[in-house]
Amino acid sequence: MPNYTSHGRVYEVDEDGFLQDPSLWNEEVAKDFMATEGIGDLSQDHWKVIRYIRDYYLQFGIAPMVRKVCKQTGFSLKEIYNLFPSGPAKGACKLAGLPKPTGCV
Amino acid sequence: MPETATRPEELVRISYDPPPGDWRGSPVEFRKGTFCHAAGAKSVRYLELPNPRDWQPTDQDWKLPPNWKEIILAGMKERLERFRSFRLFMDICVRCGACADKCHFYLGSADPKNMPVLRAELIRSVYRRYFTTAGKVFRSLAGARDLTEDVLKEWFYYFYQCTECRRCSVFCPFGIDTAEITMMVRELLNLVGVNTNWVLEPAANCYRTGNHLGIQPHGFKDSIDFAVDDLEDLTGVRVEAPINRKGAEILFVVPSADYFATPHYYTLLGYLALFHEIGLDYTFSAYASEGGNFGLFSSHEMMKRLNAKIYAEAKRLGVKWVLGGECGHMWRVIHQYMDTLNGPADFLEEPVSPVTGTRFENARSTKMVHICEFTADLIHAHKLKLDSRRNDHWTVTYHDSCNPARAMGLLEEPRYILRRVANRFHEMPENTIREQTFCCGSGAGLGSDENIEMRLRGGLPRANAVKYVRDKYGVNLLTCICAIDKATLPTALAYWAPGVEVGGVHELVGNALVMKGEKERTTDLRGQPLGQGAEAIHA
Repeated sequence: MPNYTSHGRVYEVDEDGFLQDPSLWNEEVAKDFMATEGIGDLSQDHWKVIRYIRDYYLQFGIAPMVRKVCKQTGFSLKEIYNLFPSGPAKGACKLAGLPKPTGCV
Repeated sequence: MPETATRPEELVRISYDPPPGDWRGSPVEFRKGTFCHAAGAKSVRYLELPNPRDWQPTDQDWKLPPNWKEIILAGMKERLERFRSFRLFMDICVRCGACADKCHFYLGSADPKNMPVLRAELIRSVYRRYFTTAGKVFRSLAGARDLTEDVLKEWFYYFYQCTECRRCSVFCPFGIDTAEITMMVRELLNLVGVNTNWVLEPAANCYRTGNHLGIQPHGFKDSIDFAVDDLEDLTGVRVEAPINRKGAEILFVVPSADYFATPHYYTLLGYLALFHEIGLDYTFSAYASEGGNFGLFSSHEMMKRLNAKIYAEAKRLGVKWVLGGECGHMWRVIHQYMDTLNGPADFLEEPVSPVTGTRFENARSTKMVHICEFTADLIHAHKLKLDSRRNDHWTVTYHDSCNPARAMGLLEEPRYILRRVANRFHEMPENTIREQTFCCGSGAGLGSDENIEMRLRGGLPRANAVKYVRDKYGVNLLTCICAIDKATLPTALAYWAPGVEVGGVHELVGNALVMKGEKERTTDLRGQPLGQGAEAIHA
């Protein structure tokens, strides 16, 4: 299993660089992982999306629907892609410590 | 979108000159971007498949069981006896080459081992060596070769560069179904624990929660409830979307991406609007919450295990028949396997449309009807009020999703619907549609990010035809009826034919559908303002 190291912290990740154990997430994880998504700094807008996804995950065990992320955070899909270049189901989920969604997505 | 550093004009620069040397003696080079990650031990274990371990295709040592060769050969023997088609396809090919330039992966990569004839030869040569007298005696003179680890690695590489789309089979004078050969090799590879994560993790999720994404019942309900609210915001009409309702007439099964991903989701809104408008007595199931079946991409046994929930839920809920949504490979499983895998569904009735009285005789054995058959029948019987001008901002073409087209012959119904819900509809060139449709390049479990270069190469022929109608007619929407298409074609089109969006047939039905009590529609189901022509969208 690969490791990802940032600021001296070592994380066990999957082949796509997603945190292996979602329960280990905290806000530091998001900051440590942002560089892997080409994000230089986490703005309030980033945090709004990350926190929404994280809270949803804790309640439902899965990422929220893409359309729901947009509607609940008030960002268009394009704006979310601007925040997280690889998109809501990948970049945003990775920074929120969720597993990568799989299937016909 | 997954990233690739290579620009289209570079990626398309390929040479069709075959590489030097004997094809039998050149081991595979696992180049980044052209293969999928190995299956994680967790999913392999969950599915109780052999040899769970940490490994990757780029590793020198694949940690195969010591007797891997015996396992593969015994597996081959068993399947040659069990599946007459497998033995026939191994014996019958005359290497005429009719299939060679029909494969999207060959067209996009020029790798000779992606010619279906040569891809099949990768296992046919092993078949000859161990299962034919000529091959046992004359070895390479008879086109036979030994089974080695390099051969096994080659199988993994090239049989996961086949999307089981079956376009090549259309052109084979013997009717060899190359997808079945790919299925056999993937089954054999699974016997020694050689498999991919993009196939097995969804399969494991499916086994646990009923769907590829691992969505549990409360999450399923939350998503459907959100869609109901969203549809009310868009149309002013409050619809009901029952889940697990016993005694409903019809069970409705969709791919899970319809209630997770975009643009799939807009098609879900279309279904909900339609069912409300015709007063359909139906229910979703939070367990049969996936039409897709990634078992098809690993083994017959896995396909059977994942498919079983559809009839089980139909029985538990006491419905009369089953309706299925815009899902691609689900229809190959339903149309060609379900009846004998998990049937007979003698507790269900032959499907009859409660609105038109039409008897779906074609679904007499499976008891399962495709949503496009159902809707086309509604339109044909004038049961829907449609305002096609609401799709005037789209200039539409239709991509025949491989499995509904080639595995169940669903060619006319989607077109019949589209021509009535949209005013601007243009076909792509005839050798790229209907039975000859080009695959998205990402089906059969190849849609992962790490496989992006092969996906783009495989998507080139399809995207090229889209580019043609984009430039000629101003097409800005590609419609399709498969969730993998909806997930992966946006990536392929953004790369090869930018400016063309991807949507579902029932998304456009939902846009055009005039609902009783609706508010004046100012947007489509995406929330985009109506009344802008295609030109404006391009500007």
